[in-house]
Amino acid sequence: MNALVFLIPAALLLGLLGLGAFLWTLRRNQYDDLDGAAGRILSDDEPPEKS
Amino acid sequence: MSEIALDPAPFVHREDDGIASLTVLVDGIHCAGCVQRIERTLAGVPGVVTARGNLSTRRFRLRWRDDQASAADLIARIAALGYGATPFVERADGDSAATNRRLLRALAVSGFAAANVMLLSVAVWSGAVSDMDEVTRGLFHWISALIVLPAAAYSVRPFAGPALRQLSRGQVGMDLPITVAVVLTLGLSIAETYRGGPHVYFDAAIMLLFFLLIGRTLDHQARARAGRLAENLLVLRGMEATVIDADGRQRAVAVSALAPGMRVLVAAGGRIAADGSVESGRSDVDTSLVTGESVPVAVAPGAEVLAGTLNLTAPIVVTVRAAGEDTVLAEIARLIDTAGQGRGAYVRLADRMARIYAPMVHIAALATFLLWWGWLGAEWQAALIVAVSVLIITCPCALGLAVPVVQVVANGRLLAEGVIVKSADGLERLAEVDTVIFDKTGTLTTGALVLRDADGISPDDLAFAAMLAGASRHPICRALHAAAGHPAAAGGVREHPGDGLSLALGEGEARLGRHAWAVGGEGAAAQGPELWLSRPGHAPVAFRFDDSLRRDAAETVQALRRMGLAVELLSGDREETVARAARDSGIDVWRSGARPADKLAHLSRLAGEGRKVLMVGDGLNDAPALAAAHASISPAAAADVSQAAADLVFQGAALGPVAHGIAVARRARALARGNFALAFAYNVFAVPVAMAGLVTPLIAAAAMSASSVLVTANALRLGLGRKAK
Repeated sequence: MNALVFLIPAALLLGLLGLGAFLWTLRRNQYDDLDGAAGRILSDDEPPEKS
Repeated sequence: MSEIALDPAPFVHREDDGIASLTVLVDGIHCAGCVQRIERTLAGVPGVVTARGNLSTRRFRLRWRDDQASAADLIARIAALGYGATPFVERADGDSAATNRRLLRALAVSGFAAANVMLLSVAVWSGAVSDMDEVTRGLFHWISALIVLPAAAYSVRPFAGPALRQLSRGQVGMDLPITVAVVLTLGLSIAETYRGGPHVYFDAAIMLLFFLLIGRTLDHQARARAGRLAENLLVLRGMEATVIDADGRQRAVAVSALAPGMRVLVAAGGRIAADGSVESGRSDVDTSLVTGESVPVAVAPGAEVLAGTLNLTAPIVVTVRAAGEDTVLAEIARLIDTAGQGRGAYVRLADRMARIYAPMVHIAALATFLLWWGWLGAEWQAALIVAVSVLIITCPCALGLAVPVVQVVANGRLLAEGVIVKSADGLERLAEVDTVIFDKTGTLTTGALVLRDADGISPDDLAFAAMLAGASRHPICRALHAAAGHPAAAGGVREHPGDGLSLALGEGEARLGRHAWAVGGEGAAAQGPELWLSRPGHAPVAFRFDDSLRRDAAETVQALRRMGLAVELLSGDREETVARAARDSGIDVWRSGARPADKLAHLSRLAGEGRKVLMVGDGLNDAPALAAAHASISPAAAADVSQAAADLVFQGAALGPVAHGIAVARRARALARGNFALAFAYNVFAVPVAMAGLVTPLIAAAAMSASSVLVTANALRLGLGRKAK
């Protein structure tokens, strides 16, 4: 039963990490171009991003 | 589109730090490879800061140092790669993007909470049959409450907001039963947790929100995508005009910035951007988009020209007329406004169901409470638990999830065939139509002319006339040129705007053009587009042309009949031309010479008879009818105003998408109804169980997921049908 003291917070923390990551990707506009992003991964050398 | 390269200058936005930016719509990109090629090419240009393309929207965002690069150069580089680039001012669709983000955030939060609470719930359920004591169970319930309450408070907002707004207007939509179910469930669960009881439904409540948000998000994204694509079609037309300043200098101006009194140069082949009068130059103007008339009109200085018409033969200078209430465009806009009002009253299928469903569910829950409390003599807390379990088990998944999924699959399927569904309820209204009314020019026909009775013309005359015609861009000349198999054009042909073409020969002058000019004297009134050829020593020859029907027009009309629809033709063109088009396409009921107000009157008469009309049209003169009809479709080449008024836009040269759109709409309606039937059948079993007080949190959660998966799977059948074909 004592294990619950670690396990529940650990599970919640991991879940929150995932949620935070999703919200971060959302803020970085990563869902604006789903078709393009799917193809971009296939091309090996990215053009220099200077912004 | 005009052949003059668009000058991007009016579209460039300048920032303070010497950075200029521009959004261009790039035509002809199909894969990420195309995007990469353009990005790499532009990134290599000195001064370019960012060049980022979006494959979904076909839009590129360019930023560069103003002193090192120029917009025109960047666009020329894209064009050199073989793509068409059109600069434009991105309309602020911040509203739609913000809604999308809000929905995604709510979806993420509810998904996180649902997953974590389910972990705890599984433990509680298995604990019920093993050895979990009440203290541990209570602890798990408290942790669930801690996770779910903030998450639900956040993710219920997309439903609670509209529900409150609807309630304040005295309406009931599907948002209300959702909000009531969630709020009551959570309230009961808190009380039950506090008492230490077993009837805690945090998991069911948050799962309900999660499923419904999936439906809501899909629905919104499909709509936003359709809106962007429809906007792209309009942008590709080019949105700028060449203004001549008082000192004779020419500059490019966005069409929206044109003001009365400005002088606008319209090149041959260019679209006239504003209502006005011709100041100098003589030309022919194709007014088919505005009036439905298929024969070009000759214009000379002083003549009035309308926005949206196409200048054909020679450059003209147009003085923009004071924009007032009496312009044709304003008149049409007024007609559209009044015509579109009737449509606002349309209630979507899901909302209609919600009007029946919500009171039924709420009455059932109330009856359950009264039954247990008053009749069976249970404590009020226990009675309330049973009543709320009725609310939970009747989760409105079919309303909130199934209909959006059907719509998204249907829209996606139509999009693959070049049909864009623009309005939210367009597909539902399309499924209900029983009458289809076509416009003629540009809708039933391609808007391109073909030579009629070619056999009756001697090959020698045809070859000679085609040799002259090859020198002109006038659509009638082009049709003649095409009819003779594109022979080489003669040298030395002179074009007389509004009259025709002439060629000096050894024995005199050969003329090809309108009757009065080429032959002289008053001939019989022209019955449609025609050209006369006169040459020294030969009798004058007439070439008559038809606006050719779309390839599959007759086939589509037949297909529509087979679907049980009445088909009519309603055109602003002359009787003889309309009669012929009606005969060739197999339409029995037709009317010619109809002005916009006539079309509108005809539609309201049909509506008065209880008919539900689908209007298919492209012209500015059709726009009020498109807005007034029960549903409307316009081709992608239609006037801007008409596309804005239409529910659906189809691309390509075929008319088939009209019939196909109706078929898909009907199929979608059948599936949506099937989903409601499933939901109803499910409730027939589930509600008595819930009213008997036999529902546990485990049964509620299982039933909810099962019903959601079932209706979604049913909706996806629409997509499977395509593969089978």
